[in-house]
Amino acid sequence: MNAPTLPPLLVENSVLERWVSFPAPGKVLVRTGRVEIGQGVLTAMRQIAADELDVAMERIVLQSGDTLVAPNEGYTAGSQSIQFGGVAMRQACADVRALFVAQAAKVLGCAESELTIRDGGILRNGAGTGHDYWTLAGAVDLSVKATGAGQRKPVSAMSVIGDSVARSDLPAKVFGEPIFLHDVVMPGMVHARVVRQPNRGATIGDIDEAAIKRAAKGKIELVRHGNFLAILGDDETAVDLAIASAAKHVTWTNVETPTALQAEASWLRQRPAVERTFGAPETTDGQGRQRFEATYSRGYLAHASISPSIGMAVFKDGVITVWTHCQGVYPLRAALVKTLGLDVSKVIVHHVQGSGCYGHNGADDAAADASIVALQKPGVPVRVRWRREEEFIYEPKTPAMIVKVHALLDDDGKPVDWTQEIWSPTHNQRPGAGGNLLGALALPNPPPEPPPNDVPELNGGGATRNGEPLYAIAAKRILHHLIIEPPVRTSALRGLGAMPNVFAAECCIDELAERAGKDPVEYRLSILTDKRARAVIEKVAAMAKWNPNEPGGSGRGRGIAFARYKNRAAYAACVVELDVDEEIRLRHVWCATDAGLVVNPDGAINQIEGGIIQSASWVLKEQVRFDNSAVSGIASFDWETYPVLKFSEVPEIDIELINTKDEVPLGVGEVTAGPTAAAIGNAVSHALGSRIRDLPLTRERIMATLLKE
Amino acid sequence: MPDFQFTVNGKPVSVTLDNDETPLLNVLRNNLGLMGTRFGCGLEQCGCCTVLIDGKPEKCCAKPVYAVAGKTVVTIEGLGTPAKPHPLQQAFLDEQAGQCGYCLSGIIVTAKALLDDNPKPTRAEIAQALDSNICRCGSHNRILRAVEKAAAVMRGVHS
Repeated sequence: MNAPTLPPLLVENSVLERWVSFPAPGKVLVRTGRVEIGQGVLTAMRQIAADELDVAMERIVLQSGDTLVAPNEGYTAGSQSIQFGGVAMRQACADVRALFVAQAAKVLGCAESELTIRDGGILRNGAGTGHDYWTLAGAVDLSVKATGAGQRKPVSAMSVIGDSVARSDLPAKVFGEPIFLHDVVMPGMVHARVVRQPNRGATIGDIDEAAIKRAAKGKIELVRHGNFLAILGDDETAVDLAIASAAKHVTWTNVETPTALQAEASWLRQRPAVERTFGAPETTDGQGRQRFEATYSRGYLAHASISPSIGMAVFKDGVITVWTHCQGVYPLRAALVKTLGLDVSKVIVHHVQGSGCYGHNGADDAAADASIVALQKPGVPVRVRWRREEEFIYEPKTPAMIVKVHALLDDDGKPVDWTQEIWSPTHNQRPGAGGNLLGALALPNPPPEPPPNDVPELNGGGATRNGEPLYAIAAKRILHHLIIEPPVRTSALRGLGAMPNVFAAECCIDELAERAGKDPVEYRLSILTDKRARAVIEKVAAMAKWNPNEPGGSGRGRGIAFARYKNRAAYAACVVELDVDEEIRLRHVWCATDAGLVVNPDGAINQIEGGIIQSASWVLKEQVRFDNSAVSGIASFDWETYPVLKFSEVPEIDIELINTKDEVPLGVGEVTAGPTAAAIGNAVSHALGSRIRDLPLTRERIMATLLKE
Repeated sequence: MPDFQFTVNGKPVSVTLDNDETPLLNVLRNNLGLMGTRFGCGLEQCGCCTVLIDGKPEKCCAKPVYAVAGKTVVTIEGLGTPAKPHPLQQAFLDEQAGQCGYCLSGIIVTAKALLDDNPKPTRAEIAQALDSNICRCGSHNRILRAVEKAAAVMRGVHS
């Protein structure tokens, strides 16, 4: 018999006690490398462990994201926590359970098949034995490696997985408890702010230290290392007053800032690029075929986390301990090792919750800032909290993208050849992908720019994510112009390239349906063979009472769109209903999702709903503006210059999960980013009788379209 | 070294500050250890730092503490506790109304001011009141439902 195949994360973190241990009677300590970023993953992991170990959820104490004790699972990103982290957790628990059953059988002198576990207690033929996990723990060695020998429970035997268990972190947030890293206070702690280097290569000219100290109206200190300059002090107000004055009292040379023109996606054309191609060979005999081409675009977006990033660090006895709300404590540790020049054994990184990040925001950089300052101030805990404008200006932006679809059509107007041509800078400059920590660029001997790269296609791709539609088209290919010198640092935001790619493909499909004189739902189903894909489209059409004959052009419109995230994860279809006059008002969104086995249905719906609203906000309102008259060159620096969707602008939302229990569980945080965007685009086109292909769908673009009519 | 006196969550407090420009938010968090009121922007834009000042919802991240001398301040900690939750807090838990939860303190306090003023708001009125607060995760509809539910409970209507 072949050895069972272990989940990859369990191969990389194979020692069982890294995942599960029994430290005290009645308690189970479970560790995950996944971190809570508002998506409810800790609750889901407790559910998984409770089910596989057969213990009550209340017994489980969870530790997460910690380089001292937790498994190394890389990043909590890409909607992969449940799909990969969850399956590793399940197998680790199943192996642990099997070891205890074997030990109990030995002690009781019976067959393992006679034994079951109920809330941690060992039962023999249904009757208590006086043994449990905790009485047996001394005799079971969990420092062994996972083997995969433990049988994971079949879905039918699960009692906690599949339940809408309440979020374990929510009470603290509703009662205003100090649960965030922002709320952590340490004895002797100093508050610090960084006078940000405007760009790589900018150097400090003059510092009017006396003026800054006067402005502070309290005791502060300046710490400088190369072009890294920080202001610190015991009184946060004094530090804030000082940093506000630093704009006047610190001068920089070699400042280069982006221009307004560079904020537009169109700027990406004709830029230096690495050319990449994937998929079917180039079609040479398109002769006689109808051709259709359309170009879609989106501008730069900010993560716009509700709280600016924060980092804390203390350097003591040669060891630096760092607290962060970033998505990957191990990759951050590796980057800090390089930046600080310390041995890996001297860098400890702990995760503490921050606000939602939705990708690579300023969290890693704030942790690096705190670490750089801490190294200069041994023994002093250093708290660096970014300012609001600092987060907007210096967080990595998600790239602007242009997506051009070239389609060849058969006589029925269905695509037989599909090329998606993509212009985009990279979607991944996370520290774990070779990206630099921002503060490191201001230190002496700054690290070089990472070589041009993007998320490998094996991992779902970056700009190429969902660059191929799932439809049954004979030949599909992607041409990717990976733009190598973007005007700002770019990195991962929820769904990466999936949103612009699905927006382009699904708007294009609607345009093709219209050419063919077909209803958008009917047209999609006519070129889609994947059963689960068809099911979500049929479901959402039924939910929305989709009417193929609904007249458009009246100012009210409906649109549909669909995607399977990464073409291999969860499926979602959305219908949007909206009104357009000078602006767009969303009325209703319906969504059907198939994410396989769902661990926590309410948690999944919460994530899907959040994904819909955030995508709607991107589409209707969001674009980072550049302006080289500002010192930083970024004209979107607060909530007035970067508005997001408000309560009164949010539509009604109905979501249904097609719970395909026998399928592997798939993440849902990013599944609706693309379908929502495209369904809005299609609904606007239906409402106006005219298509807008560039995002965001601003008042100016709508007015321009109306005037064209 | 000015000395300021006001009431926080029913208790009189007196703070001595080096700097009379210190925002109320910094006093709550750094001097009084009340971490429930969150910093979001420092610009009175996002609503994370909303507290009640003499019963009115106000952002306190840029409000100098001298402006509240002699006034009563209520923070999220003054609404309820896990043992004795305010109906709004209970409704937010019942509706699982939140994701990262960073905005919730300010939103719950803003909603309390609304319900104190208007015990039977329409959904549109709730949304309009909460337009002073930003939620980036997209928990809006759950939050609106939670406020509606709390309003019904506070009026003695049981669904």
